Amino acid sequence: MSALTITYALLFYAATAILAIGVFRKIFIYARTPAPLLIPTTPAPTTATGVVWRMFKEVTVFESLFKSNKWIWIFGWMFHLALFLVLLRHLRYFTEPVWTVVALVQPYGKYAAFAMVAGLLGLWARRFVVDRVRYITNLSDHLMLLLLLAIGVSGILMKFGIVGIVDPAHTDIVAVKAFFLGLMYFDWQPLPADTVLVIHLTLVAVLMIVFPVSKLLHAPGVFFSPSRNQVDSAREKRHVAGWTAAETPGSK
Amino acid sequence: MLRAGPPRKRRAANSLFCYWNHNFRGLKNVADFEIPALKEYPVIPLIQVGSMAHSKPFVAKPDHQDAVGFPHELVDNWEEKAVKKLGELVQGSRALQVFLDACVKCGACTDKCHYYLGTSDPKNMPVARQDLLRQVYRRYYTFAGKYFPWLVGARDMDKEVLDDWYSYFHQCSQCRRCSVFCPYGIDTAEISMAAREVMDSVGLGQKYCNEILGKVYTIGNNLGLPEPALRNTLEGLEEEVKEDTGVDVRFPLDEKGADVLLVTPSADFFAEPHVDGLIGYGKVFHQAGISWTMSSYASEAGNFSMFIGSGANLKKTTRRIREAALDLGVKRLVVGECGHAWRVAYSFWNTLIGPFDFLDPKYPAPQHICEVTHDLIQRGALTLDKEANDHRIITFHDSCNVARASRMGNMPGGQFVIPREIIKSVANHFHDMAPDTIHESTYCCGGGGGLLTDDLIELRIKGALPRVEALKQVVDEHGVNFMAAICAICKSQFTKVIPYYDFPMEMIGSLHQLVSSAIQLKTKE
Repeated sequence: MSALTITYALLFYAATAILAIGVFRKIFIYARTPAPLLIPTTPAPTTATGVVWRMFKEVTVFESLFKSNKWIWIFGWMFHLALFLVLLRHLRYFTEPVWTVVALVQPYGKYAAFAMVAGLLGLWARRFVVDRVRYITNLSDHLMLLLLLAIGVSGILMKFGIVGIVDPAHTDIVAVKAFFLGLMYFDWQPLPADTVLVIHLTLVAVLMIVFPVSKLLHAPGVFFSPSRNQVDSAREKRHVAGWTAAETPGSK
Repeated sequence: MLRAGPPRKRRAANSLFCYWNHNFRGLKNVADFEIPALKEYPVIPLIQVGSMAHSKPFVAKPDHQDAVGFPHELVDNWEEKAVKKLGELVQGSRALQVFLDACVKCGACTDKCHYYLGTSDPKNMPVARQDLLRQVYRRYYTFAGKYFPWLVGARDMDKEVLDDWYSYFHQCSQCRRCSVFCPYGIDTAEISMAAREVMDSVGLGQKYCNEILGKVYTIGNNLGLPEPALRNTLEGLEEEVKEDTGVDVRFPLDEKGADVLLVTPSADFFAEPHVDGLIGYGKVFHQAGISWTMSSYASEAGNFSMFIGSGANLKKTTRRIREAALDLGVKRLVVGECGHAWRVAYSFWNTLIGPFDFLDPKYPAPQHICEVTHDLIQRGALTLDKEANDHRIITFHDSCNVARASRMGNMPGGQFVIPREIIKSVANHFHDMAPDTIHESTYCCGGGGGLLTDDLIELRIKGALPRVEALKQVVDEHGVNFMAAICAICKSQFTKVIPYYDFPMEMIGSLHQLVSSAIQLKTKE
């Protein structure tokens, strides 16, 4: 077993634990924190089913963002949809046999990486070109885009890169798959020592580690946003929580 | 029906004010800021860093702070106490938890705030306003901010931060327009309420809000109108309506056993154009044969506790309404035209002072006066002459907190439909403003959320710009000469600021003023 294999095996165990525990902890905090008053942004659905539909539109087609700004929507939606396809495609490295849906997505997932990179470049360009967005951008916002972009580009290089420039041959993806299945079943297998692959995996591990302490928390957060997930039923159903439940209201 | 007869005292005083306003508006030229130019089509301005940093409302004095239960002046160790208070607020509010974490700085909100559009100050972009609080929250309560503050723009709580907070959290009218357009529904109103609560808790309060809350506790309403004066005013109104119409329309106060308790913003009691709305409510109740009363103890619908984000004060102020309703033995609670008040009533009353099991379950509790009037129109209970409003070409301003924080009727968006249906039932000429400036995209009047004070006049004038531009368009295209509103703050704000944009203040009015003009009282006598 090479030092590389051991290092990356441990790295991915650690990254997975940090991601899972960190996000679960945040979800637990969001769920446990009371929402003392009803504050849905209206017009809001008057039924729970309506709220599910509202949230579905928010997370699949980014409805509010679409109403807000078409450029951000195009780049943002392109990036997220492509990322979704790319992630689906990558499930092939963790499943044996490969799920049918993953096999079906494969032809699109391959090229989705380009859409993902294009979307990220568009979003990044806005951080320089639009004075208002430049003003609100912190260093971490640039670094997050750089990280995602580097993950996308290194992935593309492995899949489509001209063989011989960085690494002498195409990445042995059968071995990569064996490495990850080995991690899952605690039967470690060697990781190929390709430069681009190692860069790709390192960046993915970094992304997993920073996820729970960064703005990537918007992913679980959106489901807990009271302005989006509350039912507009203030008059029909009495709502109390937190400080509004703390004492009985004054009556005579 | 146009009112005939000699001008009464109230009107005379008012027209004097108009005269002054129209003829001495040279004032605006000596003001130390420029009135923004109205453009043909909306333009997103380039940022001008610090252009509104000087805007700060007067600070509350010790007795104002006493009334609302906050320290007199900045306490010792205020930095530490502010941080601690912020932590407590975040722990108690899922909204704050999520909103402070979730923002990705996408920029979707940056051109949505009327104060940004009117002032070009980047700290008036919703995300930048939130960041004033987020930077402190991150520094003390997040991993990234504790260990890598330079990376995520986190910073210590200090005097400079506090100055920014005091300035810019008093440049947010809590209108929620940003929350409509944010992909995560982040509502800057929640953030600015929290910031104001933190500032109050360490002894830095805003005079306007806290002084007014004191008046509610000692007298019963924001204007500080005591019971005898209120009774006198209402008697005067009865005489005025009698003189106008020959009909005895009553404006009852503290009458036990009435069916309806009307809670309305105290501006309705005497200020123009608010009072014409109150006259309208009275005529509606009269013709429908509904027995009603107002309460001198709970003579205020407006609730400034929300503006300062104070749960304790929200409870204390709203409790008066429950007490009054029980005292008077009413069966229904109806709320007059007021935006933030209707938000508190519609969204929070049931939580704060419910359950309303002592009221008649046939009616929603509380009910908006527009719902009452609309319902009566639907049932044919009112005799209306649309031609009475033929001299008016009308548009309607959706008040922010009615539009985005409440509802009317039983379907989502009823708050847009019902007022417009009423207008179309009482008038022939109605034109909506541009689609991206009405309904849920409506622009705030520029004076909401505790900013309706003369020490913030520059902010108010500039913040009204997007709404006034949309108004100008319908004035130019359709000859609109009347903008109806259903909020005391909108009405006060517009009558004050639109003259700076060369529109006459008389073009602002109550929705129920239109109803009042059209209603034919004698027909059902």
